[in-house]
Amino acid sequence: MTARSGSWIGRVVGPVLIVIWTAVPLLWLVALSLKAGDHITDGRFWPSAPTLDNYGTVFGTDLFTSALRNSIGISLLATALSVVLATLAAYAIARLDFPGKKVILSVALAIAMFPTISLVGPLFDIWRTVGLYDTWFGLVIPYLSFTLPLSIWTLSAFFREIPWEMEQAAQVDGATPWQAFRKVIVPLAAPGVFTAAILTFFFAWNDFVFGISLTSTGRARTVPAALAFFTGASQFEQPTAAIAAAAVVVTIPVVAIVLVFQRRIVAGLTSGAVKG
Amino acid sequence: MVGVTAYPLARAVWLSLYSYRITDPAGREFVGLRNYGVVLSDRLWWSDVLTTVVITVVTVAVELVVGFAFASVMHRIVFGRRLIRTSILLPYGIITVVSAFAWRYAFALDTGFVNHWFGLGDFAWFGHRWSALFVISLAEIWKTTPFMSLLLLAGLAQVPRELLEAAEVDGATRTQRLFRVTLPNMKAAIMVALLFRTLDAYRIFDNVFVMTSGAQATETVSFLAYRQTITRTALGLGSAVSVLLFASVVLIAILFVKGFGVDLARARGER
Repeated sequence: MTARSGSWIGRVVGPVLIVIWTAVPLLWLVALSLKAGDHITDGRFWPSAPTLDNYGTVFGTDLFTSALRNSIGISLLATALSVVLATLAAYAIARLDFPGKKVILSVALAIAMFPTISLVGPLFDIWRTVGLYDTWFGLVIPYLSFTLPLSIWTLSAFFREIPWEMEQAAQVDGATPWQAFRKVIVPLAAPGVFTAAILTFFFAWNDFVFGISLTSTGRARTVPAALAFFTGASQFEQPTAAIAAAAVVVTIPVVAIVLVFQRRIVAGLTSGAVKG
Repeated sequence: MVGVTAYPLARAVWLSLYSYRITDPAGREFVGLRNYGVVLSDRLWWSDVLTTVVITVVTVAVELVVGFAFASVMHRIVFGRRLIRTSILLPYGIITVVSAFAWRYAFALDTGFVNHWFGLGDFAWFGHRWSALFVISLAEIWKTTPFMSLLLLAGLAQVPRELLEAAEVDGATRTQRLFRVTLPNMKAAIMVALLFRTLDAYRIFDNVFVMTSGAQATETVSFLAYRQTITRTALGLGSAVSVLLFASVVLIAILFVKGFGVDLARARGER
């Protein structure tokens, strides 16, 4: 009897607690973004007079719109480059047997765990000299160096599971090498590549350290950095609700990606660490 | 990728041997290890190290427990698997700065609801060192527990069912099964999760930046490096801090790998 009621608690109360845990801060952000004027500081959770004004303010602010453009552009660019390069590298690691394979994977992991801030000083100095400071590529390059290792790590775990004999089997059946690659290997590898792409995108979208250190204007400043320097519509207005609105806007892509690709993300996060 | 990490790191080591401010390039001079002496003999450095260590230990410990609870729930769940997975992944995917703002405004005196809910009057959370660190840690825990719990969930899946059933038949209690069967069998997963999260927590920056900017002695080592390098443009001194930060991260990793025998390649099934 106790065992059954115990598992009932585990099955119902547990999940509910998890949902509350993740939802409360998010709902709070949405609630805050709908408040205006005095209601912002009324100490309540829900807005008593919801308004969409803050979203208007945010989209009418150059600082935010340019940052949003930069964030989207830089994140997509970094993701595309990183995934292409990582696919090639992981393909080599998975298919070829060469000495130092383990070393490459270990180095990759070591770089991923690197304290980002340690690179900021020197990069700041170098970028100013070579003219990459405050440019898209000034951010894309460090993003690449941090996401490539992770992507290689994830992808090589995925690629090891692919039955490569199928490629030969297709060729025996009369497929050209290109056909064999495109019709057999690509569909098998696509989920892994996709997972790596999502994780890379999250990294670039989330980055703050490089964003504030290697940019100074709307030319390349990304959303997280812009949020931290956001001052609101006028100097005398608290930007609280506007920041909340901006925060909600940049969270929407994350929510969408999570909703659609949750299984891929979970597979990607755990592939390198625990499962073979 | 090595080029963008190894070269700047080498340059950081080199810069750390100079007294160099960007605003005064002509005044650059070689000072040997003096920057390290300046940093290591400064009480601020040690206060920042203490702050960082406290945040790291507290958040990782809490995350291990909460993350394990979450993992157990997800492991057993039958209905609503998708919903739980979605809600677990949201904090993971959300921008750290965004979550930091959410927590900051929730606890702030003017905009917050926390004080009203818990009847705390006008307690200024960000006005005292330990209460500010509490909020920072809470935000960090909220954001990163999902990652921990997913790694632990994968570990749970590797615990052989037969072992648990055999233990139950032999009359082992719930607690005994947890500590004698489940946990030892997922030791590798736990260690990997701890290693990842410890290294990650040690470089905490975003939350501190948004919530206190290092006020009330809540500055962390990463924040110190940032402040020296970018805000004060003291590249030499900042680089010394960066190199020390990097060294401590390497030290933590070595401790884990040698001390606890974490074998990443093996945990991954590669022998």
